[in-house]
Amino acid sequence: MGTWPAGSQGNTVYIGAAVPLTGAYAVQGEDERKGMELAIEHINSNHELMKKLAPKINNGVLGKKVGFLSADSAAKPNQALQVEQTFINQNKIVAMIGSTSSAVAVALNKFAQREKILYMAGISGSNDTTGKDCVRYGFRQGVYGEMCANAIGPILVKQFGKNRKAAFMTPDYTYGHTTTESVREFLVKQAGWTMVTNQVSPLGTQDFSQYLTNIANAGADFLINVNWGRDAVLSSQQAKQFGLLPKMTLVLPYQIPFFAREAGVDISEGVFAATDFWWTLEDKYPLAKQFVESFQKKYGYRPEWGAENGYMSFAHWARMVTEAGSFYPPDVIKQWEKGEPVPHLLGDFHYRPQDHQYVRPVIIVRGKAKKDMKNPEDFWEVVEVVPGDKVIQPPDAFGCKLGDYT
Amino acid sequence: MINWANFISQCFNGLVLGALLALISSGLTIIYGTLGVLNLAHGAMFMLGGYAGWMAYTYTGSFIVAVVAGALFVMVVGLITEQLIIRHFYSRPPEDQLLVTFGLGIVFVEAVRFFFGSLSKTVPPPAPLTGITQLGFMVYPTYRIGLLAIIAVALFVLYWVLYRTRIGMIVRAGIEDSVMVDSLGINVYRIFMLVFGIGAMAAGFAGIVNAPVVSVAPDVGDAILVQTFVVVVIGGVGSFPGAILGGLIAGEIISLTSMVNPAYSYVMLFVAMTLVLVLRPRGLLGSVGRE
Repeated sequence: MGTWPAGSQGNTVYIGAAVPLTGAYAVQGEDERKGMELAIEHINSNHELMKKLAPKINNGVLGKKVGFLSADSAAKPNQALQVEQTFINQNKIVAMIGSTSSAVAVALNKFAQREKILYMAGISGSNDTTGKDCVRYGFRQGVYGEMCANAIGPILVKQFGKNRKAAFMTPDYTYGHTTTESVREFLVKQAGWTMVTNQVSPLGTQDFSQYLTNIANAGADFLINVNWGRDAVLSSQQAKQFGLLPKMTLVLPYQIPFFAREAGVDISEGVFAATDFWWTLEDKYPLAKQFVESFQKKYGYRPEWGAENGYMSFAHWARMVTEAGSFYPPDVIKQWEKGEPVPHLLGDFHYRPQDHQYVRPVIIVRGKAKKDMKNPEDFWEVVEVVPGDKVIQPPDAFGCKLGDYT
Repeated sequence: MINWANFISQCFNGLVLGALLALISSGLTIIYGTLGVLNLAHGAMFMLGGYAGWMAYTYTGSFIVAVVAGALFVMVVGLITEQLIIRHFYSRPPEDQLLVTFGLGIVFVEAVRFFFGSLSKTVPPPAPLTGITQLGFMVYPTYRIGLLAIIAVALFVLYWVLYRTRIGMIVRAGIEDSVMVDSLGINVYRIFMLVFGIGAMAAGFAGIVNAPVVSVAPDVGDAILVQTFVVVVIGGVGSFPGAILGGLIAGEIISLTSMVNPAYSYVMLFVAMTLVLVLRPRGLLGSVGRE
């Protein structure tokens, strides 16, 4: 079955990551890859932080070192599948990871189920990843569109009131459409907001002028930009060039790592965004502090949430395998499905057995002004840490039906 | 009902986008028309222009220096590339040329990624062109209006060189009959090298003047390359006026379609290209019988 038992017979077990190192999500993918690399290092060296997340690791898992393989997915489903297929053929990987684009996550979900190899989505914002496209072999640690909409929605309504007009910008794939729908539905139903236009652009668009022209003529007072990665940076920069910002209030429902650094603080200032992690959480959470410190020591900058996501996904895999005491995939899956509290940098949360989604907090941040930044990476202030169970939908809401174990 | 403000805005938008595409395509089409080489590294040269300009801007703070540096750097890259690699491929099958130029493009992109990373770089517009201008029907970024003028001048200069100078005359004669030109005692290969350099320079110049609109990143050339080829096919492969007409048509198609549904704008561009290929296979302004 899959790569079992062949993949776990040597001295090393391999995990294969498909991360975008080129294209519109390259910057985020690189950060994610570094988080994974650090996690593997920590698993193999009994690092103090990893010991807390997965106590039974012992210079590796179940007596074996963990080997990390990664290659460029370019955020394209086909390329990601090829990458993982190669790792399966050549290294008999026992688990797969990566995405940074939900189109990739959904494709790898299906692939994982077919090949019977565990898969952890990296950054994946689509409701479908653990919704209608969920699988028995797939797990998601991070937050996604619906959770973010339910977390950021009340804050927008409280801050800006009811009956406002919003223009949406949406990347044309599963993440974009489901996130836009979740945010729109929350704002319409809870506060009577109107979506005056929804500009849908392909992933990797560079010149957004035609979309912005439509928005300029639509009479909105909010620009809800669901674009991600460089698409979000370019569209926001160009919105400013077109004079839409700061006339309209920019909202990023699914925050983009490195956005502030790339687009500039004059654009990110005052912007509300929902995210997985922000490094200043280290002030309140000791494990977060350990993570940020060891990441910064190795890579010379503070991790963004791509790195956190990659690190945590690997930590959880190591925990599940060591707790189950086996690499046999159904045993590991059943360990995940116990729904026990699983530690995170921000406290203990659990995976839902029904859809394999981690019920973890959503962090709401707001962009700082240049004068308030305490160091060059102090871009966002944490407004609220919203508990996951407050914002997550019922497990059957998006039609998840997990497949077979074998 | 048509929203006229939006319609006029999008028409104008299409003009700006079209001008940029025309400029990049003109470089591609000059190289093809003269040397018969389909330069798949053209997108990467566009990107190189942006980076060279950004470097120059970082050191000098001058936009004009950035533009000159971007254009000249890529011209030099073009000249060196032609001498070291491309000229060995003139007499080889077209698929060899495609592969070698495609490979060159990858090398340029990965080299830039190696040195500068994937984080995009910004070049601000020159001071007089910052901010927005009220056009009546809409507000528009001042720099993009300026860009229209900058590109118009660049295209005029290119036209003038090709059609009004001795070098241009030799180039055009070389296209028609290189053996004859050679036998007149003119070094055709020196001219070919120059043509490749000029074509590359057009891409590099476009890359840096476009940098204040779209930040510079290693893969900015990828998407542009595809659109540029569509433009060249619509206008007529090898035709300089065709590149300009094709560029403007492509810009308008993308912008006007997006008024109805942006998701279809690129689909419509390819529909237009297909129509041209079916109804007029040599392109709107392509000449008859040219190889």
